Amino acid sequence: MARAVPNSRKAINTAVAGTLGFIIFFPILWILILSFKTEGDAIKAPLQVLFSTGWTTESFGAVQERSDYFKHFTNSVVLALGSTILGLLVAVPAAWAMAFVPAKHTKNVLMWMLSTKMLPPVGVLVPIYLIFRDVGLLDTRTGLVIVLMLMNLPIIVWMLYTYFREIPGEILEAARMDGASLREEVIYVLTPMAIPGIASTVLLNIILAWNEAFWTLNLTASNAAPLTAFIASYSSPEGLFYAKLSAASVMAIAPILIMGWFSQKQLVRGLTFGAVK
Amino acid sequence: MGRIALKQVQKSFGDVTVIPPLDLEIDDGEFVVFVGPSGCGKSTLLRLIAGLEDTTSGTIEIDGTDATGLPPAKRGLAMVFQSYALYPHMSVRKNIAFPMKMAGMDQAEQERRIAAAAKALNLTDYLDRRPGQLSGGQRQRVAIGRAIVREPAAFLFDEPLSNLDAALRVGMRMEISELHKKLDTTMVYVTHDQVEAMTMADKIVVLQAGVIEQVGSPLELYRAPRNKFVAGFIGSPKMNLIEGELANEHGCRTIGIRPEHVEVSTTEGQWQGTVGIAEHLGSDTFIHIHGVPGCDPLTVRADGEVSVRHGDTVFLTPRQNLIHRFDDNGMRIE
Repeated sequence: MARAVPNSRKAINTAVAGTLGFIIFFPILWILILSFKTEGDAIKAPLQVLFSTGWTTESFGAVQERSDYFKHFTNSVVLALGSTILGLLVAVPAAWAMAFVPAKHTKNVLMWMLSTKMLPPVGVLVPIYLIFRDVGLLDTRTGLVIVLMLMNLPIIVWMLYTYFREIPGEILEAARMDGASLREEVIYVLTPMAIPGIASTVLLNIILAWNEAFWTLNLTASNAAPLTAFIASYSSPEGLFYAKLSAASVMAIAPILIMGWFSQKQLVRGLTFGAVK
Repeated sequence: MGRIALKQVQKSFGDVTVIPPLDLEIDDGEFVVFVGPSGCGKSTLLRLIAGLEDTTSGTIEIDGTDATGLPPAKRGLAMVFQSYALYPHMSVRKNIAFPMKMAGMDQAEQERRIAAAAKALNLTDYLDRRPGQLSGGQRQRVAIGRAIVREPAAFLFDEPLSNLDAALRVGMRMEISELHKKLDTTMVYVTHDQVEAMTMADKIVVLQAGVIEQVGSPLELYRAPRNKFVAGFIGSPKMNLIEGELANEHGCRTIGIRPEHVEVSTTEGQWQGTVGIAEHLGSDTFIHIHGVPGCDPLTVRADGEVSVRHGDTVFLTPRQNLIHRFDDNGMRIE
């Protein structure tokens, strides 16, 4: 319901909201600005940085020269897509079962799954590191795909469970009355109806996997290192190269930012699905 | 053909018995209505017949063959759900075609049946729309269309009209009755609305707590309710059940008199009371009367022209031959 708000109040609210938005966005903007400066300009005082006239793309070239961007990019894509696909393969049947054939302890299982997200990851770092070392998964894409999938699995299951619960049971029963087998029911009725939910789950999971830094930094060295490791490699003990660090960051976050931008409508719709009838 | 027989059918969920062992015969071509208050097990009973729930024990026979273990689709029944349960991502045409597609029916035959169903249900202009673009009544017709193209042995309706507004409900009620006359196929219809039951049914099955209280034609139930529950459930406004002194005069525990079987007078009568609320409907006036011993309030259905007001003293005379008598167990005494 719209409420009457005086124009002066509206102006103040807009200004406050705009300022807050700008503050939140500022670090990204600053990284973008620094990435187009020379190293010399980049370490000057902020105002001087802003008004220094030299704009250059040399940092991007230097970054690509020093470390192979495309290798890291490929790793990020493989990890994000791989863990998402693997996650769906596990989560879709799990969520179906919990949504449509709930058992006595379904709620407890869901709570337990979510509770694993409350555990600080560092608590299990050592055991997982040792297991990875012993089975030879350290610095492999396979190993990371598995870990990232497991990290995000509770969220995927929860999201899918929520979407599936929104599908009225009577429609599935109607399909059963109409002679659909379980397979036909899934193909012709369930999946088409759940596609918006599945799509936003996929998008969110790709973003989470893309941005995951803790495990990717700790379990990789060079072979399987994704873009998060690529950024981290620019903060080194020999000194900070602001311009190159910024250029690396821009290159790392640009793909996911662009994807997020184009899919935001779907993402928001998916995340608020079921909140309002 | 659509003869359905339930033999000692029982349903429990865990330790809770929803339907104790029950027998019921539904003849071919009959319009049977299951009616009862919410939670009486009428929908569960329908779902047992449909095969959407498994029976705990007992057998369900359809046309003489045991269908107890058969999956829903193999029973040859079609169901119309309360929520219509249309497939929202399919056009009306595809919704209606779905059961035929699942049965692997020939394309030309599918087209022919869709056209026939659409014509019968006034849906021809809406075949390419999605369910979301239709009104409640149209959606209901699509659900019926999806059911009739299969030419089922029997139709099962689960409170199909309860999502419609009052005016539409009356219209759809008649459409379904007409459909029954035209198709002459068995229909099993679940409702909590006794008016729907009275107007549509050949045979009414009154249920309470999973137990069949009475089976009979609408008028049998109205004229000779087997017990107090049926007496109170069938008929609107409800039958007045009077206990105590006035019942003792008739030699029983409880007497029942329908509101339409009591004469009201402002001058003389057998019983005396004070008017509480008078509901003027135009055609009728429902008067709720206080002060008659053993029944408070006592409801009377009077002529629409009767003008009584709150606080007026009135005299009532029940029609002696229409008084129902019930014993200590609430059962009818003939």
